[in-house]
Amino acid sequence: MRQTLAYRFKGIASAIAAALVCAGCGFLTSPVVDPNGPIALTERDLLFKAVAIMMIVIIPVWVMAALFMWRYRGTNRGARYTPNLAYYWPVEILVWGVPAAIIVWLGLHLWHNTYKLDPYSAIDPSVEPLKVEAVAQDWKWLFIYPEQNIAVVNELVLPVNTPVSIQITSDTVMNSLLIPALAGQIYAMAGMRTELHVLADKPGHFWGRNAQYSGTGFADQQFEVIAGTKEDFDAWVDKAKGSGDTLDAATYEKLAKPSQKVPVTYYSGVAPNLFDGIIAKYARNDAELRPSTARAEPAE
Amino acid sequence: MDIIFGRLTIESLPFYSAIAASGAAITVLGALSVAGVITYFGAWRLVLFDWVSSLDHKKIGIMYIMVALVMLMRGFIDAAMMRSQQAIAFNNDGYLPPSHFDQIFSSHGTIMIFFMAMPFLSGLINLVMPQQIGSRDVAFPFMNSISLWLTTAGAGLVLISLVIGKFSTAGWTGYPPYSESQFTPGVGVDYWLWAVLISGIGSTMTGINFLVTIIKCRAPGMYLLRMPLFTWTVFVTSILMIFAFPALTVACGMLVLDRTLGFHFFTNAMGGNMMNYINLFWLWGHPEVYILILPAFGVFSEVVAVFSQKRLFGYISLVLATMAIGLLSFTVWLHHFFTMGSSARVNSFFGTMTTIIAVPTGVKVFDWLFTIFRGRIIFKAPMLFTLGFLVTFTIGGLSGVLLAMPPVDYLMHNTTFLIAHFHNVIIPGVLFGYLAGYMFWFPKAFGFKLNDKWGAWSFWCWIIGFYLAFMPLYVLGFLGMPRRMEHYEIAAWQPHLIVAAIGAFIIFLGIVCLAVQLVVSIRDREQLLDLTGDPWNGRSLEWGTSSPAAPYNFAVLPQVQSVDAWWDMKQRGVAYQRPDHYEDITLPKNTFISAFIGGAGFVFGFAMIWYMWWLAILCLASIAGAIIIRASDDDSDYTMSADEVKAIEDARFAQLAKAPKNEMEDEPGFAGQPVPEAST
Repeated sequence: MRQTLAYRFKGIASAIAAALVCAGCGFLTSPVVDPNGPIALTERDLLFKAVAIMMIVIIPVWVMAALFMWRYRGTNRGARYTPNLAYYWPVEILVWGVPAAIIVWLGLHLWHNTYKLDPYSAIDPSVEPLKVEAVAQDWKWLFIYPEQNIAVVNELVLPVNTPVSIQITSDTVMNSLLIPALAGQIYAMAGMRTELHVLADKPGHFWGRNAQYSGTGFADQQFEVIAGTKEDFDAWVDKAKGSGDTLDAATYEKLAKPSQKVPVTYYSGVAPNLFDGIIAKYARNDAELRPSTARAEPAE
Repeated sequence: MDIIFGRLTIESLPFYSAIAASGAAITVLGALSVAGVITYFGAWRLVLFDWVSSLDHKKIGIMYIMVALVMLMRGFIDAAMMRSQQAIAFNNDGYLPPSHFDQIFSSHGTIMIFFMAMPFLSGLINLVMPQQIGSRDVAFPFMNSISLWLTTAGAGLVLISLVIGKFSTAGWTGYPPYSESQFTPGVGVDYWLWAVLISGIGSTMTGINFLVTIIKCRAPGMYLLRMPLFTWTVFVTSILMIFAFPALTVACGMLVLDRTLGFHFFTNAMGGNMMNYINLFWLWGHPEVYILILPAFGVFSEVVAVFSQKRLFGYISLVLATMAIGLLSFTVWLHHFFTMGSSARVNSFFGTMTTIIAVPTGVKVFDWLFTIFRGRIIFKAPMLFTLGFLVTFTIGGLSGVLLAMPPVDYLMHNTTFLIAHFHNVIIPGVLFGYLAGYMFWFPKAFGFKLNDKWGAWSFWCWIIGFYLAFMPLYVLGFLGMPRRMEHYEIAAWQPHLIVAAIGAFIIFLGIVCLAVQLVVSIRDREQLLDLTGDPWNGRSLEWGTSSPAAPYNFAVLPQVQSVDAWWDMKQRGVAYQRPDHYEDITLPKNTFISAFIGGAGFVFGFAMIWYMWWLAILCLASIAGAIIIRASDDDSDYTMSADEVKAIEDARFAQLAKAPKNEMEDEPGFAGQPVPEAST
């Protein structure tokens, strides 16, 4: 019996070791562990801190489980056996008290950080943020820069160390805007406006995407995020301004139709209040809306 | 649209793709081979008159578990397809097109929650709970049978969607506006809706039935605080079912109105609001998680005491913790959508309430550990599942608390981290509990034990497979991988997905071991016979009946004097006493009306999905007629005479006399117990 047990433990140990080796693959360089902005960094730190504090309960559980399983195996006649032990008040106090204390600590952190990291609140109220308007479409993202009067499909370019305020809506089903290197996600819903404040503090190329399943083109509904210097950003704006296309109502209608793997497209001008119009049209009782985004049953 | 066939045309048959056609073929062949086996053994009479029409809670329980095991296979095939697709689909499309992949993840979730876990749960409860409280039946045997057949009707709708039409692509949660007819015009979402609606009505009735049974049908002396912990968890789960399932029925009903009659409850435009659906859905969805896991906690509580050969530690604490979890489960639903744009105030309230659930759950884990402390552990398969649960579930609890913190949830929501979390609580928590219960109570259902070696093999495959399949998904969450990705372009994801696929394969071996265990045990049933009815030296009253139990469970209702009622009776030497005389016992007659209602429910759902209005009306009318006929039947019970009872009991005592020693006595580590005395 002892031999088989040891043999089994070896089996589990090697399985766990394999899992850990695998965990090494890309973990340390992942967007969550190694983010490009303070929001994601604070969210990550909260995660790690919570893991550490919960180890106060988890490690004893594992140690006790292993110890008790071994020591109180039925064949070990040397171990003490108290078949009627069913209540011991210090244990009761401990098992309620310690988890409760940890949860109080966690709850305070949770409350504080939820306010601090509220996606709607500005990162630095004294600085006017760069405004970006994001529209989820089938199956792409449209980013409008109202102050620059440009728009771009499937690319988000940001100057570093500048707070960015992203206003989000959807012109189709529910989407979720996720840029893991910068901040957590928030849903995009038709007829509604959500908000996400981000800041990149290191230049770099990373990715963002829709994280909420939205149909056939979902897997490819991603975009590149480029964080560069102020000069890089201005150069990029100029490049977009050089585009021959403008995003007027008719072009928008065409763009909004379902399409997949849409290449990066620049628009040098945007129809005034386009973003607000996309939200407002769902408030109208306008049956004409329906055909523009209606989908056919996908073919196999 | 055709007035007879509605939307149904010959194009609805799956000849458009090889994978869809083979899925359909497997379903049809499976059904035909079951029918073939029954015909081969000439068992149609037995199946129909002893089982389908039975109102015996034990037989209903067994049928529930059969449905669950069949659906476990089906749900696992879906999982295997997803894992293999994702393992290969780096920079290529793999073998599943998106419109097939999304049907698979939708049916996987739907099947595992509604048609694997729920029937498994109802089955175990049906089998065990009435015996644990010393009752002869559930409170409403006929309604119990209707619940079974409505659940089966829902499962049937999911299965037939493989053959006729397509299944939903909207995930197991069916979020609008995606699930509105504007975006998913086909029959898929309707299949999902009607399967969920019909089985949901069954589940609501199940909850009512169990709650009333526990409140009204306990044996004399079985005070609430003497009930075994499994019964306590069933008590709380039933309350949750009664309060939670109507929310699901309402949400799905409103979505049906949107899709079928052009209402605008959850549409993008015309005043609809998808957020209402999402709130309603999770108002059911979160309590549902506890509906599933509390009875599993109950199973662990029974198993850990029996196989540690020790009283359950902290009974009152465990009861209080169960109640606390039940209450708190209704205060946390918003944590499923912290990312929907609620204010920090709302998010932090629901986040804090969620973390509070970790306290009673932690208490339970410690109480189980202290039950092992100074015990004498016998490592039987159910105990292995329990110990594996204790170690593994803590990781799921940890990730659950992490996700309860809104800022962490913003990062990890909708990623594979979330998938890893809920599989981490549902596989080692819920499923291990049900499998432990299945192996623990199998002898009570069939009169012989399951082969323990194959059970242990199954456990090792399940747990190693679990770690390999889901630990990589935690890591992938840090790598930002969203759920439901049909293909991807990030190279760093692939190694993890390959390991996860290997894990899924090892879980498959675990399922094979379960099947082998069943076959081997049926073959060797003579050696595995349970003559005493108490194969594990048990503690609660269900071990005081014969295995399998007589139709009336207890010839004479037991007098309960303490927690661990059966253990106490064995200690006092009154366990196997023959009563002076027997009395007539009234039991419900078999009836086909409940199975008919289930069948009509199935056809009704099918008709609603395909817009065959005449057929739907016909089915509703026939269900109403069946209920009227049943309600006017004053002769629905039969009486088993005292002589018949005596004959059955005499046979039982003869059997007991042949089994003079405790069946656990040969186990290494047996602590020594009074030998059951078969009085003459």
